[in-house]
Amino acid sequence: MLSIQNLHASVGDKPIIKGLTLDVPAGEVHAIMGPNGAGKSTLSYVLTGRDGYEVTDGSATLNGEDLLALEPAERAAKGVFLSFQYPLEIPGVPALTFIRAAVNAQRKARGEEEIAAPAFLKTAKAEAARLKIDFDMLKRPLNVGFSGGEKKRMEILQMAMLSPKFLILDETDSGLDIDALKIVSEGVNAMRAPDRGMLVITHYQRLLDYIKPDRVHVLAAGRIVASGGPELALQLEAEGYDKYVTKDAA
Amino acid sequence: MANPRIATQTVEHVERLEAYEHGFVSDIEQEFAPKGLSADTIRFISAKKEEPQWLLDWRLEAFERWQELEEPAWAKVHFPRIDYQDAYYYAAPKTKEGPKSLDEVDPEILAVYAKLGIPLGEQAVLAGVQGAPKYAVDAVFDSVSVVTTFKKELAAVGVIFCSFSEAVREHPELVKKYLGSVVPTSDNYYACLNSAVFSDGSFVYVPPGVRCPMELSTYFRINAAESGQFERTLIIADKAAYVSYLEGCTAPMRDENQLHAAVVELVLLEDAEIKYSTVQNWYPGDPQTGKGGIYNFVTKRADCRGDRSKVSWTQVETGSAITWKYPSCLLRGEGSVGEFYSIAITNGRQQADTGTKMIHLGANTRSRIISKGISAGKSSNTYRGLVSAHPKATGSRNFTQCDSLLIGKDCAAHTVPYIEARNGHSIFEHEATTTRLSEDQLFYAQQRGLSEEEAVQLLVNGFVREVLQELPMEFAVEAQKLVAISLEGSVG
Repeated sequence: MLSIQNLHASVGDKPIIKGLTLDVPAGEVHAIMGPNGAGKSTLSYVLTGRDGYEVTDGSATLNGEDLLALEPAERAAKGVFLSFQYPLEIPGVPALTFIRAAVNAQRKARGEEEIAAPAFLKTAKAEAARLKIDFDMLKRPLNVGFSGGEKKRMEILQMAMLSPKFLILDETDSGLDIDALKIVSEGVNAMRAPDRGMLVITHYQRLLDYIKPDRVHVLAAGRIVASGGPELALQLEAEGYDKYVTKDAA
Repeated sequence: MANPRIATQTVEHVERLEAYEHGFVSDIEQEFAPKGLSADTIRFISAKKEEPQWLLDWRLEAFERWQELEEPAWAKVHFPRIDYQDAYYYAAPKTKEGPKSLDEVDPEILAVYAKLGIPLGEQAVLAGVQGAPKYAVDAVFDSVSVVTTFKKELAAVGVIFCSFSEAVREHPELVKKYLGSVVPTSDNYYACLNSAVFSDGSFVYVPPGVRCPMELSTYFRINAAESGQFERTLIIADKAAYVSYLEGCTAPMRDENQLHAAVVELVLLEDAEIKYSTVQNWYPGDPQTGKGGIYNFVTKRADCRGDRSKVSWTQVETGSAITWKYPSCLLRGEGSVGEFYSIAITNGRQQADTGTKMIHLGANTRSRIISKGISAGKSSNTYRGLVSAHPKATGSRNFTQCDSLLIGKDCAAHTVPYIEARNGHSIFEHEATTTRLSEDQLFYAQQRGLSEEEAVQLLVNGFVREVLQELPMEFAVEAQKLVAISLEGSVG
């Protein structure tokens, strides 16, 4: 599924990712944990092709296809989805309009027909209900004036509607109370599938109680410095990131 | 990765912008007035149109006043001095007499309108989708109106919709009564020039208590080279009458600048309502060099004479090299209402200085201004608006919201509000924002699968939605497309 080999990436002149290698096979959920400034968000932006994040070496492929050569929209059409740490407000564009435009843009890029309005609305209603989102909220401009929890639920709704192949969740737990965290996690867990991979980026272990990872990796100073099973997350929670940070500095 | 991508985008950008959709020139036999401006030119125009003496006198008086006026210099637009002697003031398709019906109109002209997607044949409109809204069209080609549709159906309810020239012939009493009563001849430099040389335009009269059964629209097309277009529109809504009117404008691509100095006068008696919408897409000039394009110096004003009358200006301004335009409302009648909804888009080297004037003269008058300015490329976009309250306008209210959106780094947006309250019982509110189209929002939309172009369109449509909603349904779609086209290639 996702294969990252010796990835180096800079923001401006500053190298942030320094030789990162990671494989996430289909059907697995991998967590990336790490201290602030380790390059967690940078990794998600590099994989999705944001301007200003320049890859200087290495590769990243999805099912063998080179991601780094593609425009952000092309990567999205290939099935890469990023749940943003801080979802953006889109004034004047109702959530439904935005999501439908996205679904159809991806379908067009894949040479598929546009989704008919009734079918789209039916799915949107069902998914909204599952995520406990009031359907009327989808008629309001996307994320404008929404609470932190509402914004994250809206991300998961978009994820469900777009049905991507590979999900990247960037600090999805930030700003969520425990009830919202449960709803969001259920939404994510419902996306688990044998042909789908997930990368869960988080600072805290808490999220991993709800979204159980197959593997946990520690990202520090732009590289994976340790990998293990779910127990690694608990160990990090108990001991902190100190030993990884100092190791790098030494 | 950065360089080749930017280079490709720049090339695409240029190609697209050069493809101004309506930039074709039509080869139609035309008749011109001698070049230049003099009392003789005006006599020529008046004679061509077989006008009564009073109208010729009115024109000549305006011309005398114009010679004493100075061209205004306060707007935030820059252009070389216009040589008023180096232009044609009258250009008309050559026919012995005006066409009596559509069959007599030069097929070349019909082809032009077909190319623009404007249905001039009533049959064509009627044969369209069942239940599709009908709208009557007056088509003005250079200096003259070539055809007006649905006249019979309108006449049945007493609505007069015809070319200005025809109104002078058929309804002189109405024209004489209202012409220049909202915008006096000497109002400003360009209005004065228009009064002297105006050639044609549309005339509408809606009798008391009548709700005009269909949308009325006029399409203006400048075709001839080195000629100006000076149309005059006069709309009168009698007591408790209602009319919705739309004008659309296009012009060919030419290297020289062409002057468009129109005057629009709206008269509203008691309880009358006029909804006036404009979709302006004159040729904006070459986006790289700034060469060519229309100078759009227009005076539009509504006079709410009657109590409780209501006027609503909605404009989508995407074209012209320079726009100088302030559709205004004189709120005289007690409780009268003025609204101004505007989308002004500048790209390439365009300059726009546009806004409105809400003059509260009567008690309890209300006005609302929603202005959305979008600047891209190397353009400059200024909102200039006046809200004033007379001592007698107690209890008057205004709400103004001016939002500017910047796309790219080389464009400019300015907001210049003037507020004068001359009584202690008026409430004026003003809100203004300026934002740059955010990279974050663009990336967010792109991550969801929208191309950069689609992302810009979606975000911009969100920005202007409030105003688009004010347009009649069938034109809102057209306007939305126009917004998208105007901004193509503006990000890169």
